Formats: sequence, structure tokens, C-alpha cells
Amino acid sequence: MNIQYKYHPDHLKNSEPTVYNESTLKKEEMLINIGPQHPSTHGVLRLEVISDGEIVREVIPHMGYLHRCFEKHAEAVPFNQVIPYVDRLDYVAAMNSEHAYAMGVERMLGITDKIPKRVEYIRVLVAELNRLASHFVAIGTYGLDIGAFTPFLWMMRDREHILRLLEWASGARMLYNYIWIGGLFYDLPVGFEERCMSFTKYLLPKLEDLKNLLISNKIFIDRTANVGVLSRDLAINYGVTGPMLRASGLKYDLRKVDGYSVYSELEFEVPVGAGQMGTTGDCWDRTWVRFRECEESIKLINQCLNRLTGDFKRDREFDPRAVVPKKIRPKAQDLYVRAENPKGELGFFFRADGRADKAIRCKARGCSFVNLSVLPEISRGVMMSDLIAIVGSIDFVMGEVDR
Amino acid sequence: MDFSKIKQTIEESFPSAITGEDLTASPKALIVEKESIKHVCQFLQEQEGLYFDSLSCLSGVDNGPEKGTMEVIYNFYSIPYDHHLMLKVEIERDSPSVPSVESIWKTANWHEREAFDLLGIKFNGHPDLRRILLPNDWEGHPLRKDYQEQEKYHGMTVTYDREESSENEELTIKNGK
Repeated sequence: MNIQYKYHPDHLKNSEPTVYNESTLKKEEMLINIGPQHPSTHGVLRLEVISDGEIVREVIPHMGYLHRCFEKHAEAVPFNQVIPYVDRLDYVAAMNSEHAYAMGVERMLGITDKIPKRVEYIRVLVAELNRLASHFVAIGTYGLDIGAFTPFLWMMRDREHILRLLEWASGARMLYNYIWIGGLFYDLPVGFEERCMSFTKYLLPKLEDLKNLLISNKIFIDRTANVGVLSRDLAINYGVTGPMLRASGLKYDLRKVDGYSVYSELEFEVPVGAGQMGTTGDCWDRTWVRFRECEESIKLINQCLNRLTGDFKRDREFDPRAVVPKKIRPKAQDLYVRAENPKGELGFFFRADGRADKAIRCKARGCSFVNLSVLPEISRGVMMSDLIAIVGSIDFVMGEVDR
Repeated sequence: MDFSKIKQTIEESFPSAITGEDLTASPKALIVEKESIKHVCQFLQEQEGLYFDSLSCLSGVDNGPEKGTMEVIYNFYSIPYDHHLMLKVEIERDSPSVPSVESIWKTANWHEREAFDLLGIKFNGHPDLRRILLPNDWEGHPLRKDYQEQEKYHGMTVTYDREESSENEELTIKNGK
């Protein structure tokens, strides 16, 4: 079997041609290629940048380097077996994606009301832990992008605590397959609540440290304030959601708007950007919103823990797989489900035909995909170094862009 | 505003655009005639009381060669009024094309490119209809129901049949030892 690849210069030219070429460039303009293997593009994003000296004239993203045929796979395997693929969409926030996907299939089956409350609270608990981990990666690597090294190490250290907690619950560090359709893989391990409680106590002062070291650091503010300003109207028109939209000044969080799962029973605030250091919707605001959301997630985690040790406490009789259907065969229907992921609105469009236990079509509306589409718009006319700051502030995961 | 009122509002302005409805869908769906989709979308976004300011999702669906149709499905949401709507457009499968809504919602740009890439639906009036996820010189559209992957891509084998791949496994085990 010969799997050798013979390089030919035409291969790149034909597979990912640049939009601009020598004949369409103006005088003094330059075509610069960033990525796909570049640390500041956060994965395998390739940017075609047209620059005039230090000024960016146009940015054209080229994607697809991490395309793993999610939608084709989702048509080929039964609903419950898609969950591991869903994990691999946004691989730094797999719990949140699983939650959204499971909710969608449960709605198709009409078993949403039958899910036990304890299961729902555990789902929200692990999803919020994962949201913290995702925001830690976002803030840490963002600091790294613009030259602050220490916060990255701190964030990775604290993220590791979360990953170990989730590994304890599910058996995997990042790709969990923990939330199942109709229930959970397993109940929380004995002692999880206590460990989690002491973790949140440990974490709060660490967030204060992060704020002092990075968020309110003068160098950081100078690099991010008034950079990459995204106005609210433009954000809505581009379908931008999540912390990016909230940083542009719109109080819009699906956990509040839809109140899905048990979020309507929990208390938390929705932080919005207000242009404290510059203009509303700049890179600093986006980081600030993510930072504030970390604090809100801790609040949510503590409330979940209170319920899980109070009203819905551990019980020998409790079976997290009690409602898990044996055969998943939804009625023929179309359904769009959405949930608030750390990066924005994750939506799934399903079509079931009522006969198969597979989807006829399963489209993932990735928040990273949609959020990234606004990049050319907000990076026209900025300095080259600011482009890196803008790319980092969008906080996309290529696994979800390319699917 | 609930579904029947939304439908009524659209019908008042576009008496012949709506050809049906799908009440089993969630959110409930209207089936819109292909030629008028852009005007209906413009109306949905601008009309007082409807004001669908965000296009959440745009998906293409292939119904297979027996039915001979494809669909484009739009999911709208209105942030200020908190109401949803799904629109469906049915198109023939041989030369699927539909007017682009990119000029109304910029977010449609990448969604439409994706539908073009994976299903081969042409969006008329799209400013930059290139493949987005697959390489430019890939053949065929993978999400079509009768898709057959190409044999070779840049000299690399794309399809492996089962017997061959099991031989391959044995080979690697031998080599490993």
C-alpha cells in the first residue's frame, strides 16, 4: 500500500488559491500569508492579509484545515453515537456542546419534562465548570498573544483543576461523552461536591489576581482598548453572539432569554461591555465580559452544588440513565435548538424522518464559525499588531469553525 | 407575535409567496416560493412588529435523488420581540439555485458559502461564492445523498475498500514487530 504524498507546487495553488494576486494588488500593497501553522491564529486558521506598510487593508480567512465531516458523520451514525463527535466540535467546551445536542434530541423525542432534576443540575454544574475552563483558555492565550506570559501559566494551572474534576466525573480530560440523551453517563463520584466547593473557594482570589495582573494592567489596556471596535448593529447583522455580542453592549444571553434546562431557577447576572477603558465593543470589553462571566459561573456552580447537596441530594436509588431511551427514533420533524456556549449561540438543525434512528440532516451552527465571519469587517485599516489582538479577542476554536 | 399572526402579516404583503406551512417543525415553519424569498426576507427584517434582526442559521438539505428536491432552511429570531420563525424553500435538485440574502444579513455570507460547498446549491447574487471548508479542487458535494468520493486527490488515495484496509492493518502490525 502506497500512501506516499508527492509534492507538486500546483497543489497549494489549486486547493487554496488566494483571492488577491500580483495583478489585483495596488502599488505598495503586499500580500502576507499568516498561518495555518502560526501560534497566534489559535489553531489552523490561515489569513490572507493585504497590507500597505503596517496598515491592514483586507483580511481574508481561509478555513477547512480541520474539517472532519461532522455533518456527514451525523447522518451516518445513530443519534446517541454522535455525542463523541459533538465533543470534538468545540473541544475546549465539550460539556456545553453535549448539553445543547442532548437537549435537541430530547426535544425531538418529547422527553424534556421527564429528565430528573438532579440530572439537570449536574448538567448545568459540569457545563459551567467547562465554561470556566473555556474562558480560562480564552483569556490566558489572549494574554499570550499580546505578550503577557504569566497569566497564561496561571490560567492553565487553574484550568487543570477543572479538567481533573471533570475527568473524575467522566473518565476523560477534554472529550467527555458524559451528557447522554435522556440522562448522564454516570452519577457524580462520591465526594465530588465537596472537592468542587473547595475549588470554587480557592478560585475566587485567583480571579482577583488575574484582574490585577492582566485585565487592569496598563500595558494590556493600551494594547486592547479602542482596538477592533464592533458596533452593536454590525454584530447583530453578522449573527455574532456570546461574549462578543455582550461586549458590544447588548444584554443577550440565551441562558436568560430561553431559560433552558434549570437556568431559569438559578440567579446570575449578565455582564455587558460599557466601554470602560475605551469604546464599547473593543477588545478590552470582550476580555472584560469573559472575565466577569467567570465570576458568574462560580456563582452558578455554587448554587448547583447547594441544590445537589440539598433538595436533590445523592441517593442510592437514583439512576442517571433511567430515562435514557433504548431506541432513539424521533417522529418526522424539523427542529432547531440553541444553547449558550462559552463562545456564543451553538445551534443544531435536525431533520428526522420518523423511521431511522439517524438524522437525515444535522447542521451545526457553530458560534466560532459565525463569530469569525466578522473578522474582515473589524480589521480593515488597523495596524498589523492590532490584527493579532483582534483575532485573539474573537476567541474561536477551529474545531468548531471547520467542523 | 405568534405564528399565525406572522403568517398573516406576510400574506397581506405577499399574497402568493407562501405555498404552505409545517406545524410539526419547531419553531413552526412557512414554505416560501423560491423567487420571492429575498423580498420576504427583506420584509421580515424591516417590518414594524416582525423585525427579525438576526438570521440564526441557514441550512441546506438534500432530499435525495428519488424526490428530486433540495431545501434551504432559514431560522430567524427577533431579539427585541423574542419570536422565532423557520422558512423553507424547496428547489429542484438538478440545478439548485436560490436568491442570496447576503445583502440583508451579512451572516448569510458564510452560511451560504457552506451550503454551496457541501451541497452545491447556488446562491444568486452572492458576492463571493467560493468553497469554504473543502479544498477548491475537490470534486462533488459531500452532503448530497448520492455522493461518491473521488478516487484520488493530489495523488493520494481517498477511498479505501474494506479488504484493502484490513490488509493494511496487518502490514502495520508486522512492521511494528
